[in-house]
Amino acid sequence: MIVNTNRTKKIRVLPGFKLTLGFTVFYLGLIVLIPLSAVFWKTSSLTWAEFWHTVTMPVALASYRLTFGASFFAALVNAVFGFIVAWVLVRYEFYGKTLVDALVDLPFALPTAVAGITLASLYAKAGWIGQWLEPLGIKVANTQLGVFVALTFIGLPFIVRTVQPILEDLDPELEEAAASLGANRWQVFWRIIFPLLTPALLTGFTLAFARALGEYGSVIFIAGNIPLKTQITPVVIMGELDMYDYAKATAIAVVMLVVSFILLLSVNVLQWWTNRHNTTSLA
Amino acid sequence: MTPAATTFHAAARTGHRRSTTESPTVRWLLIGVALVFLSLFLFIPLVAVFTQAFAKGTGFYIKTISDPMALSAIKLTFIAAVIAVPLNCVFGVSAAWAIAKFDFRGKNILLTLIDLPFSVSPVIAGLIYVLVFGAQGWLGLYLNADHPKFPWLAGWLNDHNIQIIFAVPGIVLATIFVTFPFVARELIPLMQAQGRNEEEAARVLGASGWQMFWRVTLPNIKWGLLYGVILCNARAMGEFGAVSVVSGHVRGRTNTIPLHIEALYDDYNFTGAFAMASLLALLALVTLALKLWVENKNAALNEVETEV
Repeated sequence: MIVNTNRTKKIRVLPGFKLTLGFTVFYLGLIVLIPLSAVFWKTSSLTWAEFWHTVTMPVALASYRLTFGASFFAALVNAVFGFIVAWVLVRYEFYGKTLVDALVDLPFALPTAVAGITLASLYAKAGWIGQWLEPLGIKVANTQLGVFVALTFIGLPFIVRTVQPILEDLDPELEEAAASLGANRWQVFWRIIFPLLTPALLTGFTLAFARALGEYGSVIFIAGNIPLKTQITPVVIMGELDMYDYAKATAIAVVMLVVSFILLLSVNVLQWWTNRHNTTSLA
Repeated sequence: MTPAATTFHAAARTGHRRSTTESPTVRWLLIGVALVFLSLFLFIPLVAVFTQAFAKGTGFYIKTISDPMALSAIKLTFIAAVIAVPLNCVFGVSAAWAIAKFDFRGKNILLTLIDLPFSVSPVIAGLIYVLVFGAQGWLGLYLNADHPKFPWLAGWLNDHNIQIIFAVPGIVLATIFVTFPFVARELIPLMQAQGRNEEEAARVLGASGWQMFWRVTLPNIKWGLLYGVILCNARAMGEFGAVSVVSGHVRGRTNTIPLHIEALYDDYNFTGAFAMASLLALLALVTLALKLWVENKNAALNEVETEV
Protein backbone atom coordinates (compact mmCIF):
# COMPACT_ATOMS: atom_id res chain seq x y z
CA MET A 1 0.00 0.00 0.00
CA ILE A 2 1.42 3.31 -1.05
CA VAL A 3 0.41 6.11 1.24
CA ASN A 4 1.49 9.62 0.49
CA THR A 5 1.97 11.61 3.63
CA ASN A 6 3.92 14.57 2.34
CA ARG A 7 1.04 16.01 0.31
CA THR A 8 -1.46 16.63 3.09
CA LYS A 9 -1.28 20.39 2.89
CA LYS A 10 -2.25 20.55 -0.78
CA ILE A 11 -5.53 22.14 -1.80
CA ARG A 12 -8.05 19.54 -2.88
CA VAL A 13 -9.03 19.85 -6.53
CA LEU A 14 -10.85 16.53 -6.66
CA PRO A 15 -14.46 16.34 -5.53
CA GLY A 16 -16.35 13.80 -3.48
CA PHE A 17 -14.05 13.26 -0.52
CA LYS A 18 -16.69 13.80 2.13
CA LEU A 19 -19.34 11.88 0.21
CA THR A 20 -17.22 8.81 -0.50
CA LEU A 21 -15.50 8.67 2.88
CA GLY A 22 -18.84 9.23 4.60
CA PHE A 23 -20.50 6.43 2.66
CA THR A 24 -17.51 4.12 3.21
CA VAL A 25 -17.56 4.58 6.96
CA PHE A 26 -21.37 4.33 7.11
CA TYR A 27 -21.50 1.12 5.08
CA LEU A 28 -18.54 -0.39 6.97
CA GLY A 29 -20.27 0.38 10.25
CA LEU A 30 -23.65 -0.96 9.17
CA ILE A 31 -22.46 -4.20 7.57
CA VAL A 32 -19.32 -5.05 9.54
CA LEU A 33 -18.64 -3.09 12.72
CA ILE A 34 -22.07 -2.92 14.37
CA PRO A 35 -22.90 -6.59 13.74
CA LEU A 36 -19.39 -7.64 14.90
CA SER A 37 -19.74 -5.63 18.09
CA ALA A 38 -22.89 -7.67 18.83
CA VAL A 39 -20.53 -10.56 19.60
CA PHE A 40 -18.94 -8.62 22.42
CA TRP A 41 -22.32 -7.34 23.59
CA LYS A 42 -23.68 -10.89 23.79
CA THR A 43 -20.57 -12.14 25.61
CA SER A 44 -20.99 -9.43 28.25
CA SER A 45 -24.22 -11.18 29.30
CA LEU A 46 -22.00 -13.95 30.69
CA THR A 47 -20.01 -13.60 33.90
CA TRP A 48 -16.26 -14.08 33.65
CA ALA A 49 -16.56 -17.52 35.31
CA GLU A 50 -19.30 -18.62 32.89
CA PHE A 51 -17.27 -17.36 29.95
CA TRP A 52 -14.15 -19.17 31.11
CA HIS A 53 -16.11 -22.36 31.79
CA THR A 54 -17.57 -22.28 28.26
CA VAL A 55 -14.38 -21.58 26.37
CA THR A 56 -12.43 -24.24 28.30
CA MET A 57 -14.97 -27.06 28.16
CA PRO A 58 -13.41 -30.31 26.89
CA VAL A 59 -15.23 -30.21 23.51
CA ALA A 60 -13.96 -26.69 22.90
CA LEU A 61 -10.38 -27.44 24.02
CA ALA A 62 -10.22 -30.52 21.79
CA SER A 63 -11.52 -28.44 18.89
CA TYR A 64 -8.87 -25.73 19.37
CA ARG A 65 -6.14 -28.36 19.38
CA LEU A 66 -7.44 -29.91 16.16
CA THR A 67 -8.18 -26.61 14.42
CA PHE A 68 -4.82 -25.04 15.26
CA GLY A 69 -2.83 -28.23 14.70
CA ALA A 70 -4.40 -29.15 11.36
CA SER A 71 -4.29 -25.53 10.15
CA PHE A 72 -0.63 -25.26 11.11
CA PHE A 73 0.43 -28.46 9.37
CA ALA A 74 -1.71 -27.69 6.30
CA ALA A 75 -0.08 -24.26 6.03
CA LEU A 76 3.34 -25.86 6.51
CA VAL A 77 2.80 -28.44 3.76
CA ASN A 78 1.53 -25.65 1.52
CA ALA A 79 4.59 -23.55 2.33
CA VAL A 80 6.86 -26.33 1.04
CA PHE A 81 4.86 -27.46 -1.98
CA GLY A 82 3.43 -24.01 -2.76
CA PHE A 83 6.98 -22.72 -2.88
CA ILE A 84 7.95 -25.44 -5.35
CA VAL A 85 4.85 -24.69 -7.47
CA ALA A 86 5.65 -20.96 -7.50
CA TRP A 87 9.28 -21.69 -8.39
CA VAL A 88 8.33 -24.02 -11.24
CA LEU A 89 5.76 -21.56 -12.61
CA VAL A 90 8.19 -18.62 -12.59
CA ARG A 91 11.48 -20.26 -13.56
CA TYR A 92 10.68 -23.13 -15.91
CA GLU A 93 8.75 -23.59 -19.13
CA PHE A 94 6.60 -26.65 -19.66
CA TYR A 95 3.61 -27.66 -21.71
CA GLY A 96 0.32 -26.50 -20.20
CA LYS A 97 1.92 -23.99 -17.84
CA THR A 98 -0.68 -21.27 -18.47
CA LEU A 99 -3.47 -23.69 -17.63
CA VAL A 100 -1.73 -24.91 -14.47
CA ASP A 101 -1.08 -21.31 -13.43
CA ALA A 102 -4.75 -20.41 -13.86
CA LEU A 103 -5.96 -23.50 -11.99
CA VAL A 104 -3.90 -22.68 -8.90
CA ASP A 105 -6.67 -20.25 -7.97
CA LEU A 106 -9.30 -23.00 -8.06
CA PRO A 107 -9.57 -23.28 -4.25
CA PHE A 108 -10.40 -19.54 -4.18
CA ALA A 109 -13.08 -19.89 -6.83
CA LEU A 110 -14.56 -23.28 -5.98
CA PRO A 111 -17.31 -23.01 -3.34
CA THR A 112 -16.32 -24.71 -0.09
CA ALA A 113 -19.33 -27.04 -0.07
CA VAL A 114 -18.32 -28.38 -3.49
CA ALA A 115 -14.74 -28.89 -2.32
CA GLY A 116 -16.09 -30.55 0.82
CA ILE A 117 -18.23 -33.22 -0.82
CA THR A 118 -15.60 -33.84 -3.51
CA LEU A 119 -12.76 -34.43 -1.04
CA ALA A 120 -15.05 -36.55 1.13
CA SER A 121 -15.93 -38.82 -1.80
CA LEU A 122 -12.33 -39.01 -3.11
CA TYR A 123 -10.95 -40.07 0.27
CA ALA A 124 -13.81 -42.38 1.25
CA LYS A 125 -12.96 -46.09 1.58
CA ALA A 126 -14.03 -46.84 -1.99
CA GLY A 127 -13.08 -43.42 -3.35
CA TRP A 128 -10.61 -42.73 -6.14
CA ILE A 129 -7.80 -41.92 -3.71
CA GLY A 130 -9.14 -43.65 -0.59
CA GLN A 131 -9.05 -47.13 -2.16
CA TRP A 132 -5.25 -46.85 -2.56
CA LEU A 133 -4.73 -45.63 0.99
CA GLU A 134 -7.03 -48.21 2.61
CA PRO A 135 -4.65 -51.21 2.09
CA LEU A 136 -1.83 -49.13 3.57
CA GLY A 137 -3.89 -48.68 6.70
CA ILE A 138 -4.30 -44.93 6.14
CA LYS A 139 -7.77 -43.63 6.89
CA VAL A 140 -8.58 -40.09 5.83
CA ALA A 141 -12.37 -39.76 5.86
CA ASN A 142 -13.81 -39.15 9.34
CA THR A 143 -10.35 -38.69 10.87
CA GLN A 144 -8.16 -35.73 11.79
CA LEU A 145 -6.15 -36.45 8.66
CA GLY A 146 -9.28 -35.57 6.66
CA VAL A 147 -9.40 -32.14 8.31
CA PHE A 148 -5.77 -31.64 7.33
CA VAL A 149 -6.46 -32.66 3.70
CA ALA A 150 -9.37 -30.20 3.38
CA LEU A 151 -7.36 -27.36 4.93
CA THR A 152 -4.42 -28.07 2.63
CA PHE A 153 -6.76 -27.75 -0.35
CA ILE A 154 -8.17 -24.36 0.64
CA GLY A 155 -4.77 -22.94 1.66
CA LEU A 156 -2.98 -23.95 -1.52
CA PRO A 157 -3.16 -20.68 -3.52
CA PHE A 158 -1.99 -18.39 -0.70
CA ILE A 159 1.71 -19.34 -0.70
CA VAL A 160 1.91 -19.62 -4.50
CA ARG A 161 0.31 -16.22 -5.03
CA THR A 162 2.41 -14.38 -2.45
CA VAL A 163 5.76 -15.91 -3.46
CA GLN A 164 5.20 -15.81 -7.25
CA PRO A 165 5.29 -12.01 -7.81
CA ILE A 166 8.36 -11.55 -5.57
CA LEU A 167 10.18 -14.35 -7.40
CA GLU A 168 9.29 -12.74 -10.75
CA ASP A 169 10.69 -9.37 -9.68
CA LEU A 170 13.91 -10.84 -8.31
CA ASP A 171 16.90 -9.15 -9.94
CA PRO A 172 18.87 -11.80 -11.93
CA GLU A 173 22.03 -9.79 -11.40
CA LEU A 174 22.12 -10.84 -7.75
CA GLU A 175 22.31 -14.49 -8.75
CA GLU A 176 24.79 -13.78 -11.54
CA ALA A 177 27.06 -11.88 -9.18
CA ALA A 178 26.96 -14.69 -6.62
CA ALA A 179 27.62 -17.30 -9.30
CA SER A 180 30.50 -15.35 -10.81
CA LEU A 181 32.04 -15.08 -7.36
CA GLY A 182 32.11 -18.85 -7.22
CA ALA A 183 28.95 -19.82 -5.36
CA ASN A 184 27.35 -23.04 -6.49
CA ARG A 185 23.64 -23.24 -7.31
CA TRP A 186 22.63 -24.49 -3.89
CA GLN A 187 24.57 -21.73 -2.14
CA VAL A 188 22.98 -19.12 -4.42
CA PHE A 189 19.52 -20.44 -3.57
CA TRP A 190 20.10 -20.82 0.13
CA ARG A 191 22.09 -17.62 0.76
CA ILE A 192 20.67 -15.21 -1.86
CA ILE A 193 17.23 -16.24 -3.12
CA PHE A 194 15.68 -17.84 -0.05
CA PRO A 195 16.35 -14.94 2.37
CA LEU A 196 14.78 -12.52 -0.13
CA LEU A 197 11.65 -14.66 -0.32
CA THR A 198 11.28 -15.28 3.42
CA PRO A 199 8.91 -12.35 4.15
CA ALA A 200 6.61 -13.38 1.28
CA LEU A 201 6.73 -16.99 2.39
CA LEU A 202 5.82 -16.01 5.95
CA THR A 203 2.98 -13.77 4.73
CA GLY A 204 1.59 -16.60 2.59
CA PHE A 205 1.91 -19.03 5.49
CA THR A 206 0.06 -16.70 7.85
CA LEU A 207 -2.70 -16.06 5.29
CA ALA A 208 -3.16 -19.79 4.68
CA PHE A 209 -3.12 -20.49 8.42
CA ALA A 210 -5.66 -17.72 9.15
CA ARG A 211 -7.96 -18.90 6.37
CA ALA A 212 -7.74 -22.51 7.60
CA LEU A 213 -8.66 -21.57 11.18
CA GLY A 214 -12.09 -20.29 10.20
CA GLU A 215 -12.82 -22.80 7.46
CA TYR A 216 -16.10 -24.68 7.68
CA GLY A 217 -17.64 -25.86 4.40
CA SER A 218 -14.79 -27.89 2.98
CA VAL A 219 -14.06 -29.61 6.30
CA ILE A 220 -17.42 -30.78 7.63
CA PHE A 221 -18.10 -33.41 4.97
CA ILE A 222 -14.74 -35.17 5.22
CA ALA A 223 -14.25 -34.78 8.99
CA GLY A 224 -17.33 -36.62 10.22
CA ASN A 225 -17.54 -34.11 13.12
CA ILE A 226 -17.08 -36.57 15.98
CA PRO A 227 -17.01 -34.61 19.28
CA LEU A 228 -13.58 -34.52 20.98
CA LYS A 229 -12.05 -36.17 17.91
CA THR A 230 -12.74 -34.57 14.55
CA GLN A 231 -14.79 -31.50 15.48
CA ILE A 232 -13.23 -28.21 14.42
CA THR A 233 -14.05 -25.04 16.36
CA PRO A 234 -16.55 -23.59 13.81
CA VAL A 235 -18.47 -26.88 14.07
CA VAL A 236 -18.59 -26.53 17.87
CA ILE A 237 -20.03 -23.02 17.42
CA MET A 238 -22.54 -24.39 14.94
CA GLY A 239 -23.53 -27.11 17.41
CA GLU A 240 -24.26 -24.56 20.14
CA LEU A 241 -26.28 -22.51 17.67
CA ASP A 242 -28.35 -25.55 16.72
CA MET A 243 -29.22 -25.88 20.41
CA TYR A 244 -30.08 -22.14 20.48
CA ASP A 245 -27.36 -21.61 23.09
CA TYR A 246 -26.29 -18.27 21.65
CA ALA A 247 -24.26 -17.21 24.70
CA LYS A 248 -22.05 -20.31 24.53
CA ALA A 249 -21.68 -20.08 20.75
CA THR A 250 -20.70 -16.43 21.09
CA ALA A 251 -18.15 -17.05 23.84
CA ILE A 252 -16.29 -19.54 21.65
CA ALA A 253 -16.64 -17.17 18.69
CA VAL A 254 -14.91 -14.45 20.72
CA VAL A 255 -11.88 -16.71 21.23
CA MET A 256 -11.69 -17.30 17.47
CA LEU A 257 -12.20 -13.63 16.63
CA VAL A 258 -9.40 -12.52 18.94
CA VAL A 259 -7.01 -15.02 17.34
CA SER A 260 -8.12 -13.89 13.85
CA PHE A 261 -7.54 -10.24 14.70
CA ILE A 262 -4.05 -10.99 15.98
CA LEU A 263 -3.29 -12.87 12.76
CA LEU A 264 -4.69 -10.03 10.64
CA LEU A 265 -2.39 -7.66 12.48
CA SER A 266 0.62 -9.94 11.90
CA VAL A 267 -0.18 -10.12 8.19
CA ASN A 268 -0.17 -6.33 8.01
CA VAL A 269 3.15 -6.15 9.84
CA LEU A 270 4.59 -8.86 7.58
CA GLN A 271 3.41 -7.07 4.45
CA TRP A 272 5.00 -3.87 5.67
CA TRP A 273 8.20 -5.84 6.25
CA THR A 274 7.98 -7.37 2.75
CA ASN A 275 7.63 -3.93 1.16
CA ARG A 276 10.57 -2.55 3.12
CA HIS A 277 12.64 -5.64 2.39
CA ASN A 278 12.09 -5.25 -1.35
CA THR A 279 12.82 -1.55 -1.50
CA THR A 280 16.09 -2.01 0.38
CA SER A 281 17.09 -4.97 -1.79
CA LEU A 282 16.47 -2.93 -4.93
CA ALA A 283 18.33 0.13 -3.70
CA MET B 1 1.11 -31.71 -19.58
CA THR B 2 2.89 -34.97 -20.38
CA PRO B 3 6.53 -34.92 -19.32
CA ALA B 4 7.58 -35.84 -22.88
CA ALA B 5 6.14 -32.59 -24.16
CA THR B 6 7.99 -30.56 -21.56
CA THR B 7 10.35 -28.04 -23.11
CA PHE B 8 12.95 -25.90 -21.48
CA HIS B 9 12.91 -22.55 -23.17
CA ALA B 10 14.49 -21.13 -20.06
CA ALA B 11 17.64 -23.18 -20.58
CA ALA B 12 17.91 -22.07 -24.21
CA ARG B 13 17.36 -18.45 -23.31
CA THR B 14 19.80 -18.39 -20.44
CA GLY B 15 22.42 -20.67 -21.95
CA HIS B 16 25.14 -18.10 -21.41
CA ARG B 17 24.55 -18.09 -17.67
CA ARG B 18 24.17 -21.75 -16.93
CA SER B 19 25.47 -21.26 -13.41
CA THR B 20 22.31 -19.37 -12.48
CA THR B 21 19.87 -22.15 -13.21
CA GLU B 22 19.43 -25.74 -12.04
CA SER B 23 20.57 -28.93 -13.71
CA PRO B 24 17.94 -30.62 -15.94
CA THR B 25 17.50 -33.44 -13.39
CA VAL B 26 16.59 -31.00 -10.63
CA ARG B 27 14.25 -29.14 -12.97
CA TRP B 28 12.44 -32.33 -14.00
CA LEU B 29 12.17 -33.35 -10.38
CA LEU B 30 10.71 -30.03 -9.24
CA ILE B 31 8.23 -29.89 -12.12
CA GLY B 32 7.26 -33.47 -11.31
CA VAL B 33 6.75 -32.78 -7.60
CA ALA B 34 4.70 -29.64 -8.37
CA LEU B 35 2.47 -31.45 -10.86
CA VAL B 36 1.89 -34.44 -8.57
CA PHE B 37 0.95 -32.14 -5.70
CA LEU B 38 -1.39 -30.08 -7.89
CA SER B 39 -2.93 -33.21 -9.42
CA LEU B 40 -3.71 -34.61 -6.01
CA PHE B 41 -5.29 -31.43 -4.71
CA LEU B 42 -6.64 -29.68 -7.82
CA PHE B 43 -6.94 -31.71 -11.00
CA ILE B 44 -8.32 -34.96 -9.58
CA PRO B 45 -11.00 -33.21 -7.44
CA LEU B 46 -12.06 -31.11 -10.44
CA VAL B 47 -12.42 -34.13 -12.70
CA ALA B 48 -14.21 -36.01 -9.90
CA VAL B 49 -16.97 -33.37 -9.58
CA PHE B 50 -18.02 -33.71 -13.21
CA THR B 51 -17.56 -37.50 -13.38
CA GLN B 52 -19.71 -38.07 -10.31
CA ALA B 53 -22.31 -35.56 -11.50
CA PHE B 54 -22.98 -37.71 -14.58
CA ALA B 55 -22.58 -41.07 -12.80
CA LYS B 56 -26.25 -41.88 -13.34
CA GLY B 57 -26.48 -40.46 -16.84
CA THR B 58 -27.64 -37.22 -18.40
CA GLY B 59 -31.31 -37.95 -17.68
CA PHE B 60 -30.74 -38.07 -13.93
CA TYR B 61 -28.56 -34.96 -14.15
CA ILE B 62 -31.27 -32.94 -15.89
CA LYS B 63 -33.92 -34.26 -13.54
CA THR B 64 -31.84 -33.18 -10.52
CA ILE B 65 -31.14 -29.64 -11.65
CA SER B 66 -34.66 -29.02 -12.98
CA ASP B 67 -36.31 -30.23 -9.77
CA PRO B 68 -38.49 -27.44 -8.24
CA MET B 69 -36.32 -27.43 -5.08
CA ALA B 70 -33.18 -27.09 -7.18
CA LEU B 71 -34.68 -24.31 -9.29
CA SER B 72 -35.73 -22.41 -6.19
CA ALA B 73 -32.19 -22.79 -4.79
CA ILE B 74 -30.72 -21.49 -8.05
CA LYS B 75 -33.13 -18.55 -7.98
CA LEU B 76 -32.28 -17.64 -4.38
CA THR B 77 -28.55 -17.85 -5.12
CA PHE B 78 -29.02 -15.39 -7.98
CA ILE B 79 -31.14 -13.04 -5.84
CA ALA B 80 -28.45 -12.93 -3.13
CA ALA B 81 -25.70 -12.27 -5.67
CA VAL B 82 -27.71 -9.66 -7.59
CA ILE B 83 -28.21 -7.65 -4.39
CA ALA B 84 -24.81 -8.21 -2.75
CA VAL B 85 -22.52 -7.65 -5.74
CA PRO B 86 -23.80 -4.18 -6.84
CA LEU B 87 -23.90 -2.92 -3.24
CA ASN B 88 -20.31 -4.02 -2.58
CA CYS B 89 -19.36 -2.60 -5.97
CA VAL B 90 -20.64 0.87 -5.06
CA PHE B 91 -18.90 0.55 -1.70
CA GLY B 92 -15.66 -0.60 -3.34
CA VAL B 93 -15.53 2.34 -5.78
CA SER B 94 -16.43 4.80 -3.07
CA ALA B 95 -13.88 3.45 -0.58
CA ALA B 96 -11.15 3.31 -3.23
CA TRP B 97 -11.86 6.91 -4.28
CA ALA B 98 -11.61 8.22 -0.73
CA ILE B 99 -8.55 6.15 0.16
CA ALA B 100 -6.54 6.38 -3.07
CA LYS B 101 -7.15 9.99 -4.04
CA PHE B 102 -7.09 11.75 -0.68
CA ASP B 103 -4.91 11.80 2.40
CA PHE B 104 -6.47 11.65 5.82
CA ARG B 105 -5.67 10.40 9.28
CA GLY B 106 -6.65 6.85 10.14
CA LYS B 107 -6.34 5.63 6.57
CA ASN B 108 -4.39 2.53 7.57
CA ILE B 109 -6.94 1.65 10.22
CA LEU B 110 -9.72 1.99 7.63
CA LEU B 111 -7.79 -0.30 5.26
CA THR B 112 -7.44 -2.93 7.97
CA LEU B 113 -11.12 -2.69 8.89
CA ILE B 114 -12.15 -3.20 5.26
CA ASP B 115 -10.16 -6.45 5.24
CA LEU B 116 -11.81 -7.60 8.46
CA PRO B 117 -14.56 -9.80 6.91
CA PHE B 118 -11.87 -11.94 5.25
CA SER B 119 -10.41 -12.90 8.61
CA VAL B 120 -13.76 -13.75 10.22
CA SER B 121 -14.86 -17.37 10.05
CA PRO B 122 -17.99 -17.79 7.86
CA VAL B 123 -19.80 -19.36 10.80
CA ILE B 124 -19.12 -16.27 12.91
CA ALA B 125 -20.24 -14.05 10.01
CA GLY B 126 -23.60 -15.79 10.16
CA LEU B 127 -23.68 -15.74 13.95
CA ILE B 128 -23.32 -11.95 14.20
CA TYR B 129 -26.47 -11.41 12.13
CA VAL B 130 -28.37 -13.88 14.29
CA LEU B 131 -27.20 -11.88 17.31
CA VAL B 132 -28.45 -8.64 15.76
CA PHE B 133 -31.68 -9.69 14.09
CA GLY B 134 -32.55 -12.98 15.80
CA ALA B 135 -35.51 -13.35 18.17
CA GLN B 136 -33.27 -12.82 21.22
CA GLY B 137 -30.98 -10.42 19.39
CA TRP B 138 -30.27 -6.71 19.58
CA LEU B 139 -32.89 -5.53 17.13
CA GLY B 140 -34.89 -8.70 17.56
CA LEU B 141 -35.93 -7.48 20.99
CA TYR B 142 -37.37 -4.37 19.39
CA LEU B 143 -38.89 -6.08 16.40
CA ASN B 144 -40.45 -8.91 18.36
CA ALA B 145 -44.23 -8.60 18.32
CA ASP B 146 -44.52 -9.35 22.06
CA HIS B 147 -42.30 -6.44 22.96
CA PRO B 148 -43.83 -3.03 23.68
CA LYS B 149 -41.12 -0.96 21.95
CA PHE B 150 -41.97 0.05 18.38
CA PRO B 151 -45.18 -1.97 18.25
CA TRP B 152 -46.08 -0.33 14.93
CA LEU B 153 -42.89 -1.54 13.24
CA ALA B 154 -43.14 -5.00 14.75
CA GLY B 155 -46.81 -5.15 13.75
CA TRP B 156 -46.02 -4.05 10.20
CA LEU B 157 -43.25 -6.63 9.84
CA ASN B 158 -45.56 -9.25 11.28
CA ASP B 159 -48.48 -8.28 9.04
CA HIS B 160 -46.32 -8.48 5.97
CA ASN B 161 -44.75 -11.67 7.21
CA ILE B 162 -41.25 -10.20 7.03
CA GLN B 163 -38.59 -12.15 8.80
CA ILE B 164 -34.88 -11.48 8.61
CA ILE B 165 -33.14 -14.41 10.24
CA PHE B 166 -33.94 -17.89 8.93
CA ALA B 167 -35.28 -16.13 5.85
CA VAL B 168 -34.09 -14.52 2.61
CA PRO B 169 -33.00 -11.09 4.03
CA GLY B 170 -30.61 -12.85 6.42
CA ILE B 171 -29.09 -14.80 3.55
CA VAL B 172 -28.58 -11.59 1.59
CA LEU B 173 -27.00 -9.82 4.58
CA ALA B 174 -24.60 -12.71 5.27
CA THR B 175 -23.64 -12.77 1.59
CA ILE B 176 -22.93 -9.02 1.63
CA PHE B 177 -20.71 -9.49 4.68
CA VAL B 178 -18.54 -12.29 3.28
CA THR B 179 -18.06 -10.56 -0.08
CA PHE B 180 -17.58 -7.11 1.46
CA PRO B 181 -13.84 -6.47 0.73
CA PHE B 182 -13.49 -7.97 -2.78
CA VAL B 183 -14.07 -4.92 -5.01
CA ALA B 184 -12.45 -2.44 -2.64
CA ARG B 185 -9.30 -4.57 -2.32
CA GLU B 186 -8.96 -4.81 -6.08
CA LEU B 187 -9.47 -1.08 -6.69
CA ILE B 188 -7.50 0.57 -3.86
CA PRO B 189 -3.98 -0.46 -4.99
CA LEU B 190 -4.92 0.14 -8.63
CA MET B 191 -6.19 3.68 -8.02
CA GLN B 192 -3.27 4.46 -5.71
CA ALA B 193 -0.87 3.47 -8.48
CA GLN B 194 -2.72 5.61 -11.03
CA GLY B 195 -2.44 8.74 -8.89
CA ARG B 196 -4.65 11.79 -9.34
CA ASN B 197 -3.06 13.69 -12.23
CA GLU B 198 -5.59 12.69 -14.86
CA GLU B 199 -8.57 13.54 -12.67
CA GLU B 200 -7.00 16.84 -11.63
CA ALA B 201 -6.42 17.70 -15.29
CA ALA B 202 -10.06 16.93 -16.09
CA ARG B 203 -11.22 19.19 -13.27
CA VAL B 204 -8.92 22.03 -14.27
CA LEU B 205 -10.25 21.77 -17.82
CA GLY B 206 -13.74 22.29 -16.46
CA ALA B 207 -15.25 18.81 -16.12
CA SER B 208 -17.90 18.38 -13.46
CA GLY B 209 -17.41 15.72 -10.79
CA TRP B 210 -19.61 13.18 -12.57
CA GLN B 211 -18.11 13.93 -15.99
CA MET B 212 -14.66 13.32 -14.53
CA PHE B 213 -15.81 10.07 -12.94
CA TRP B 214 -17.55 8.65 -16.03
CA ARG B 215 -15.00 9.78 -18.62
CA VAL B 216 -11.68 9.57 -16.77
CA THR B 217 -11.85 7.45 -13.63
CA LEU B 218 -14.19 4.68 -14.74
CA PRO B 219 -12.40 3.93 -18.05
CA ASN B 220 -9.13 3.74 -16.10
CA ILE B 221 -10.39 1.29 -13.51
CA LYS B 222 -12.85 -0.77 -15.56
CA TRP B 223 -10.70 -3.92 -15.76
CA GLY B 224 -9.83 -3.85 -12.09
CA LEU B 225 -13.48 -3.27 -11.29
CA LEU B 226 -14.55 -6.19 -13.48
CA TYR B 227 -11.94 -8.37 -11.81
CA GLY B 228 -13.27 -7.49 -8.36
CA VAL B 229 -16.86 -8.05 -9.46
CA ILE B 230 -16.01 -11.52 -10.86
CA LEU B 231 -14.36 -12.61 -7.60
CA CYS B 232 -17.12 -11.04 -5.52
CA ASN B 233 -19.79 -12.84 -7.53
CA ALA B 234 -18.05 -16.22 -7.30
CA ARG B 235 -17.91 -15.97 -3.52
CA ALA B 236 -21.48 -14.63 -3.29
CA MET B 237 -22.89 -17.58 -5.21
CA GLY B 238 -20.75 -20.15 -3.44
CA GLU B 239 -20.92 -19.04 0.19
CA PHE B 240 -21.88 -21.87 2.47
CA GLY B 241 -20.98 -21.44 6.17
CA ALA B 242 -22.39 -17.96 6.79
CA VAL B 243 -25.54 -18.62 4.79
CA SER B 244 -25.99 -21.96 6.53
CA VAL B 245 -26.22 -20.22 9.94
CA VAL B 246 -28.83 -17.63 8.95
CA SER B 247 -30.87 -19.82 6.60
CA GLY B 248 -33.81 -21.71 8.00
CA HIS B 249 -32.89 -24.64 5.74
CA VAL B 250 -36.45 -24.71 4.42
CA ARG B 251 -36.20 -26.60 1.16
CA GLY B 252 -37.69 -24.73 -1.74
CA ARG B 253 -37.70 -21.49 0.28
CA THR B 254 -34.48 -20.63 2.09
CA ASN B 255 -31.98 -22.99 0.46
CA THR B 256 -29.27 -21.66 -1.83
CA ILE B 257 -27.34 -23.95 -4.22
CA PRO B 258 -24.62 -24.80 -1.65
CA LEU B 259 -27.26 -25.54 1.00
CA HIS B 260 -29.20 -27.67 -1.47
CA ILE B 261 -25.98 -29.62 -2.18
CA GLU B 262 -25.64 -30.32 1.54
CA ALA B 263 -29.29 -31.41 1.80
CA LEU B 264 -28.93 -33.84 -1.11
CA TYR B 265 -25.65 -35.16 0.30
CA ASP B 266 -27.22 -35.72 3.73
CA ASP B 267 -30.00 -37.68 2.00
CA TYR B 268 -27.29 -39.97 0.54
CA ASN B 269 -28.24 -38.71 -2.92
CA PHE B 270 -24.57 -38.30 -3.83
CA THR B 271 -25.04 -38.15 -7.59
CA GLY B 272 -27.68 -35.45 -7.11
CA ALA B 273 -25.37 -33.49 -4.81
CA PHE B 274 -22.58 -33.65 -7.39
CA ALA B 275 -24.98 -32.63 -10.17
CA MET B 276 -25.77 -29.43 -8.26
CA ALA B 277 -22.09 -29.07 -7.33
CA SER B 278 -21.12 -29.27 -11.00
CA LEU B 279 -23.08 -26.04 -11.61
CA LEU B 280 -20.93 -24.23 -9.05
CA ALA B 281 -17.74 -25.91 -10.31
CA LEU B 282 -18.63 -24.63 -13.77
CA LEU B 283 -19.09 -21.16 -12.32
CA ALA B 284 -15.64 -21.47 -10.72
CA LEU B 285 -14.09 -22.42 -14.06
CA VAL B 286 -15.83 -19.52 -15.83
CA THR B 287 -14.56 -17.24 -13.04
CA LEU B 288 -10.98 -18.43 -13.54
CA ALA B 289 -11.26 -18.03 -17.33
CA LEU B 290 -12.63 -14.49 -17.00
CA LYS B 291 -9.91 -13.70 -14.49
CA LEU B 292 -7.24 -14.86 -16.93
CA TRP B 293 -8.82 -12.82 -19.72
CA VAL B 294 -8.96 -9.66 -17.60
CA GLU B 295 -5.35 -10.17 -16.48
CA ASN B 296 -4.19 -10.45 -20.09
CA LYS B 297 -6.21 -7.36 -20.96
CA ASN B 298 -4.53 -5.50 -18.09
CA ALA B 299 -1.05 -6.68 -19.07
CA ALA B 300 -1.65 -5.59 -22.68
CA LEU B 301 -2.88 -2.21 -21.44
CA ASN B 302 0.22 -1.73 -19.28
CA GLU B 303 2.50 -2.61 -22.19
CA VAL B 304 0.85 -0.01 -24.41
CA GLU B 305 1.23 2.57 -21.69
CA THR B 306 4.92 1.89 -21.17
CA GLU B 307 5.52 2.02 -24.93
CA VAL B 308 3.85 5.43 -25.11
